[in-house]
Amino acid sequence: MRVELTVNGQRRSDDVEPRLLLVHYLREVCGLRAANVGCDTTSCGACTVLMKGADEGGTGKGVGGGGTSVKSCTVLAVQANGQEVTTAEGLAAGDDLHPVQAAFRQEHGLQCGFCTPGMVMATVGLLSENPHPTEAEVREGLEGNFCRCTGYHNIVRAVLAAAEAGAGTEVDA
Amino acid sequence: MIPAPFEYVAAQSTAHALDLLDSLGDEAKLLAGGHSLLPMMKLRLAAPSALIDIGQLAELRGIRADGDELVIGAATPHAVVASSELVRSDAPLLAHSAAQVGDPQIRHRGTIGGSLAHADPAADLPMAVLALGGSVDLLSRNGTRNVVADDFFTGFFETSLDEGELIVAVRVPRRPGQGWGYEKFVRRANDWAIVGAAAVDGRIALANMGPVPLRARAAEQALAEGASPAEAAELAAQDTEPSEDVHADRDYRRHLARVLTRRALEQRG
Repeated sequence: MRVELTVNGQRRSDDVEPRLLLVHYLREVCGLRAANVGCDTTSCGACTVLMKGADEGGTGKGVGGGGTSVKSCTVLAVQANGQEVTTAEGLAAGDDLHPVQAAFRQEHGLQCGFCTPGMVMATVGLLSENPHPTEAEVREGLEGNFCRCTGYHNIVRAVLAAAEAGAGTEVDA
Repeated sequence: MIPAPFEYVAAQSTAHALDLLDSLGDEAKLLAGGHSLLPMMKLRLAAPSALIDIGQLAELRGIRADGDELVIGAATPHAVVASSELVRSDAPLLAHSAAQVGDPQIRHRGTIGGSLAHADPAADLPMAVLALGGSVDLLSRNGTRNVVADDFFTGFFETSLDEGELIVAVRVPRRPGQGWGYEKFVRRANDWAIVGAAAVDGRIALANMGPVPLRARAAEQALAEGASPAEAAELAAQDTEPSEDVHADRDYRRHLARVLTRRALEQRG
């Protein structure tokens, strides 16, 4: 069936099978490979993207109008019909990294990098709901994202640094 | 993992959803947030012929006060319930339990009606709504009927929802300042309860102590007759037949029910 949605600011219209998962739509139809399929069971968060639309469940306004974090392995592409989806590819403005991306780089908030796009998107969502989280709130806020390399310390530092830099209060053009 | 093929229709209204339930046959399923149904479909534990998407219906979303009850639209996501000032003040146990479901991404998509319809005995919201003495409004072509939580959960993943019926709202009593306690024993973040206990005033509900969320009636009665929380909690596992699995055998679950009930009772302010 036909879906019409906005992905990283671009309007799209595609014919999809109803059973196509959003993560596969993004990776295979849109060619956007940032969202990874990790566990494929709504646990690991590697497929996290932002969604904004009528069924938005979050409370934040979203940085740059991004929306709220969802696990795209557990959303059908057809459920995103009429909505806006943002992936990690949609965060940077040209060569200028989004403040959350810059903070992950600065604080070395990654090792192998597999979880990183999901971590970054979950962080953008978290900071849009809570621009100045405590360390405990960061750890709870990233409860849905697994990292098997870092032990999380640098990731938490990166999120706190991004908050310090105003990532949660910034409104992109 | 890819679900088996199905037909998808986005309902335009609850009336449309009822028509679709009728016309698409008994292999059709309602889809709201999809955070119980889609994982089951990906694992091929469920293979509905059609999905009727009610997740975007404005009439099924939102929270309002109706006299001495809070009315929560069935398709209201957990994150909205958890952060609602109205729920936090008038039914704080419900806000707290909604905040315990899964993780933030799951709470953005999963819905209260979906969680109750799925009726996992280990889940947070069925136990919470039972402890609160809540109820569900069920809509069919014959109109709306209200079913109290005590009668709604009928078996393992089974409810008293009839064919052609959908949950439109969840009702819980408004009790600002109500004493409550909530305990969930898990081994890892995000897990379902190995055992859970929720206490609201003198009502106690247990998760994962049987095929449905259960009231700890012997403990409730002892409490009503003046027993201390510790004394009452000793009766929490009475008449329960919990399942055994890799996490816990039957005796350990009964032990947990007593300990968690005592803690939940002691938490009530």
